[in-house]
Amino acid sequence: MSVITKTTYSEPNQKGYFGAYGGKFVPETLIPALNELEKAYKEASEDPEFEKEYLYLLREYVGRPTELSFANRLTDHYGKAKIYLKREDLCHTGAHKINNAIGQILLALRMGKKRIIAETGAGQHGVATATACAKFGVECVVYMGEEDMVRQKLNVDRMRLMGAEVRGVSSGSKTLKDATNEAIRDWVTNVEDTFYIIGSVVGPHPYPMMVRNFHRIIGDETKRQLMEMEGRLPDYLIACVGGGSNAMGIFYPFINDDVYIIGIEAGGLGVNSGQTAATLTKGRPGVLHGSMSYLLHDKEGQIELAHSISAGLDYPGIGPEHAYLHDTKRVEYRAVTDAQSLEAVSLLSRMEGIIPALETAHAFAWLEELMPTTSSDEIVVLNCSGRGDKDMETISKYL
Amino acid sequence: MNRINKVFKDKKNEKIMSLFITAGYPDITETVDLVLGFEHNGADIIELGIPFSDPLADGPTIQYSSNIAISKGITIQGIFNMVVDIRKESEIPIVLMGYINPILRFGLENFFTTAAKAGVDGLIVPDLPLDEGGMIEDLAHLNGIQLIYLIAPNTSDQRMQLSDQKSDGFVYCVSVTGVTGAREGSEVQQSVDKFIQRSKKSITKNPLMVGFGIKNFTDAQNISREVEGFIVGSALIETIRNTYPKDHWKEEVYTFVHQLKYGYPNT
Repeated sequence: MSVITKTTYSEPNQKGYFGAYGGKFVPETLIPALNELEKAYKEASEDPEFEKEYLYLLREYVGRPTELSFANRLTDHYGKAKIYLKREDLCHTGAHKINNAIGQILLALRMGKKRIIAETGAGQHGVATATACAKFGVECVVYMGEEDMVRQKLNVDRMRLMGAEVRGVSSGSKTLKDATNEAIRDWVTNVEDTFYIIGSVVGPHPYPMMVRNFHRIIGDETKRQLMEMEGRLPDYLIACVGGGSNAMGIFYPFINDDVYIIGIEAGGLGVNSGQTAATLTKGRPGVLHGSMSYLLHDKEGQIELAHSISAGLDYPGIGPEHAYLHDTKRVEYRAVTDAQSLEAVSLLSRMEGIIPALETAHAFAWLEELMPTTSSDEIVVLNCSGRGDKDMETISKYL
Repeated sequence: MNRINKVFKDKKNEKIMSLFITAGYPDITETVDLVLGFEHNGADIIELGIPFSDPLADGPTIQYSSNIAISKGITIQGIFNMVVDIRKESEIPIVLMGYINPILRFGLENFFTTAAKAGVDGLIVPDLPLDEGGMIEDLAHLNGIQLIYLIAPNTSDQRMQLSDQKSDGFVYCVSVTGVTGAREGSEVQQSVDKFIQRSKKSITKNPLMVGFGIKNFTDAQNISREVEGFIVGSALIETIRNTYPKDHWKEEVYTFVHQLKYGYPNT
């Protein structure tokens, strides 16, 4: 088991780099906005009143702390290590994304911004942002690829019901990558009054750091809850990784601990099929959407289309911090296929009465590989990042 | 002397016109001929766009031309070969404009040495602000490729000064906060005057070229009143899009170019 030897982890540096990854690769027009954001975020994070309001909303509105549930039947099924699930699916709106949306909207209001934009893939971040905007009565525009609008129709309706304007994006692959391009173009145009709530640990500095910090509550709670229940740290932590926000949220507080951490990417039809979203497994370093990280791109540097059954993981990039944790081998990244994730949906539904999101199901699918290698005195914690209601249409096709 | 510096020195009494065309649009076989035609009809500098699949600083027009060029199989090596062909007949300054990812993938060192050998004069990278420019500044300098930074209406005076220091050839004034694309003249004009006034105080080493949103001679003259010249891209590409591949499409495009520079058609 390889565990980082460095005792104090302090990424990113002043320039927003996690090792060689991160930075601010954006048009000049956005630099003043990023500098303003960085300053405002720093001030807010040092202001006890800001933290108080953020934590209040997470408690009273989001429903935190979420439970750490012992999955007894799943544990019996594998007959090895104990399996605990961090129940982010129980958050208001059905996924972890709301933690970050609440954090960023508080920051936007503090900065006096009148208009919120966001990009969304599966629609979970779009729903979380639309929710936060409704709660605070702020104008909200969500960019979503037209293909995703079909795959995740329920979430489109939810966003519209809460008063958000959902703008379909028809360029490129009509998925998350293209929605992100369009959101950035909107931001460049309306930079004075608009706040861009990025939904994952991607984008230019300070977003990857800020989004991670708004989600670290997942890991902080997990640590405290497991300490209360078992009196110790877990042996293994698992989460799915697209951009990587739920994973960074649960991993980050354990980075300096003796815990084996695994991130699961979306293998699509198979990592060597050409139809995959396994960025760390198949990609190489490059720049997209404002930061240097691993990317799926061809020999001319053109971004390749990702594929995953899960709209939330269907992205050719990954957060720069994951790229760094991959290169330093602090976290092991593996991939599972569409088919494996569907089997996991079915297994978890029958065993635990929890229908996971297709994204989350990727993490569950890895239990097939991991569990036989564990022993009964060990503990596995899996981040159950979202619930699967939104995916029922896709899942139904395979029943 | 670098071809860019020379054009500003030789043409002090006229507005310098820089034309942007996506390399490989409307077809890979047309780029060299178009560039030479632009020069004959008044272009003083050519910006050759390296197409990228995800051009996040560009509006719909350049997204479109980039997609066409990529679908026709454009490569960076192919663009360097075009420059070599242009150089057989012309000494017009050529500035490459492209996003950082394709350049990184080509290999930074290889990119700059090949560019210099082909006869490229300058480089603009819209997603590489001053903060990240360090990764290419030395290589650009070493190979005699002039690096051109952009400034926007919300750029601080201090950053403008730094852009001036770090740029060679000219500094690119982005007239509006927004993506590339033709706009109504009045929309651009209102905001641009104050910005240009401010830029002129900070930009003292380099000439200033203003771009984004210019679509005809009147726009160009108004917007560039106080600076050395102007840049047109989207409006040119729209003209090609509207005429290609009709009979005599190139004549129509060249008429547009000539009008843009001189205010009257070529005869």
